Amino acid sequence: MSALSLPLPRPTRRAAFGQVVLNEARVTWRRPQGLIGGLALPALLLAIFSLIPAFRTPDADLGGLSRLSVYVPILIVLGLALIAFYSLPVPLVSYRELGILRRLSTTPVPPSWLLAAQGIVNLCLAATMTLVIVVAGTVLGASAPKSAAGFALAVLLSIAGLFPIGLVIAAVAKTTTSAGVVGRVVFFPLMFLAGLWWPRELMTGALHTLSGISPLGAAVEAIQDSVQGQFPPAMPLLVLVAYAVVFGFLAQRWFRWE
Amino acid sequence: MRAQMMMSTREPDQVAGRPAIEIAHLRKTYGTLAAVDDVSFSVADGEIFGILGPNGAGKTTTVECAIGLRSPDAGTIRLMGLDPHADRDEVHQIVGVQLQAGALPPKLRVGEILRMYRSFYRDPADVGELTEALGLAAKRNDYYRSLSGGQRQRLSVALALIGQPKIAVLDEMTTGLDPQARRDAWELIENIRDRGVTIVLVTHFMEEAERLCDRVALIDNGHLVALDTPASLAARARGGKTVRFLPSAPFDDGLLTELPEVTRVEHQGQHVIVTGTGELVNAVLLSLAAAGVTARDVELDSSNLDDAFVKLTGKHSTKEGQMS
Repeated sequence: MSALSLPLPRPTRRAAFGQVVLNEARVTWRRPQGLIGGLALPALLLAIFSLIPAFRTPDADLGGLSRLSVYVPILIVLGLALIAFYSLPVPLVSYRELGILRRLSTTPVPPSWLLAAQGIVNLCLAATMTLVIVVAGTVLGASAPKSAAGFALAVLLSIAGLFPIGLVIAAVAKTTTSAGVVGRVVFFPLMFLAGLWWPRELMTGALHTLSGISPLGAAVEAIQDSVQGQFPPAMPLLVLVAYAVVFGFLAQRWFRWE
Repeated sequence: MRAQMMMSTREPDQVAGRPAIEIAHLRKTYGTLAAVDDVSFSVADGEIFGILGPNGAGKTTTVECAIGLRSPDAGTIRLMGLDPHADRDEVHQIVGVQLQAGALPPKLRVGEILRMYRSFYRDPADVGELTEALGLAAKRNDYYRSLSGGQRQRLSVALALIGQPKIAVLDEMTTGLDPQARRDAWELIENIRDRGVTIVLVTHFMEEAERLCDRVALIDNGHLVALDTPASLAARARGGKTVRFLPSAPFDDGLLTELPEVTRVEHQGQHVIVTGTGELVNAVLLSLAAAGVTARDVELDSSNLDDAFVKLTGKHSTKEGQMS
């Protein structure tokens, strides 16, 4: 019987996984809430901000940067947060709700492939959004990241810290509706701490500390530092790693396939 | 290469007439409640096997254990000689499952869904042929959300068949279908069987089981209460058929009780009620005629699976299946 343990030859398995990813990409394209939140919204805000003359002048309060330059990392994190908290968990919860994960567990393909495919599609979405915001931001007059390696590392660790939070949302939410509600409840306060309405540079005391240990705040800090020309300091990166480890563990503990 | 080797290892099993499914002493408890308790049966290759029972009787749990979705607490399960857990990859290749209430992503097209599921299997069916056979060919470019209930059900069956399984498990596949769609589904099931697929049909519609199944297992409160052909089960329910008639003249009961087909003769006012088996009506009418008695007002009442269901479970079956 042990000879039977590999029923699909490897190339066929790869082709099958390709089919799963392709269909997840189609679903993401055709139900574009994820694209709107994770790509269109940050791009639109960037365009609006670039039209405000006051946003383009250097500001002493912001360390000599223009508001536009300060907002580029915040908009990237806004996009990452919407991808992690909505675009990633909502389809997974709906697949569980609709019995799609269950149906898949009766086929030679395990339901974890759908999770992996959603991860890949959302990773591509996150990469596209980051590239669009950085390039368009630079073209519109924001400072380009001075430490490219630091920027890439900061964005990757942000994704690594935020996606598991989305998976925990997918694990605890029973219905698609409740996943949306949990996503919102998590999103707004965290986005406040990230400085969407009030830049982190202007936060003081406990609020600044709280922002620094919040996932989106740490992400903004890491990305902002890489834009300003330094390799990001250890603190925000370690905070992001901690979120990745803790929420990765919880997601793996709590996620149910049916 | 590997695929061919595996095919040849399975060959002798089938030559020897090994059952498609063997379940022995299956037990599954949820907390303190035994959902299935000591259920054993086997399904022959090429059979349409019905699993019947009231809602919550343990039908679905039995099937879920059989296909490896749940681990039984006790008992053994073999599908074409394979263990659903130890050999799960191979079992998933040869068993196609259509689960109760399984939806699909609303914004995927029928063809896209079918092509994806097709890629999971070693030796899949042709999407064109399958959609043709299931009446979905015209719907291949339509989104899942635009399909009618019957079309969704047929797509679900198509997904169960796309891997060219040796065993197809269909759970409540006609629930919620209109009478015409249900009759189409029945025809479809017979066609699938004609292609050599063993079919396990979970249902609570008596008419469906009576029409399609070679044998049925009746499950109630987690126990197997009967296992037989639909006709034998029905006969067992009321000791067979009953003929009721008005004789043209009085006659001696012995005339009928001596017939091998007759088990009982009763009188109800002017009417006579004869209970028996086999060619009961013929036998009764012939021997009455021989004695110069004619029977008028003849009514034949044969008990059906529905009666068997009520008798064996003490519950009423769903009447919805009898709309058609």
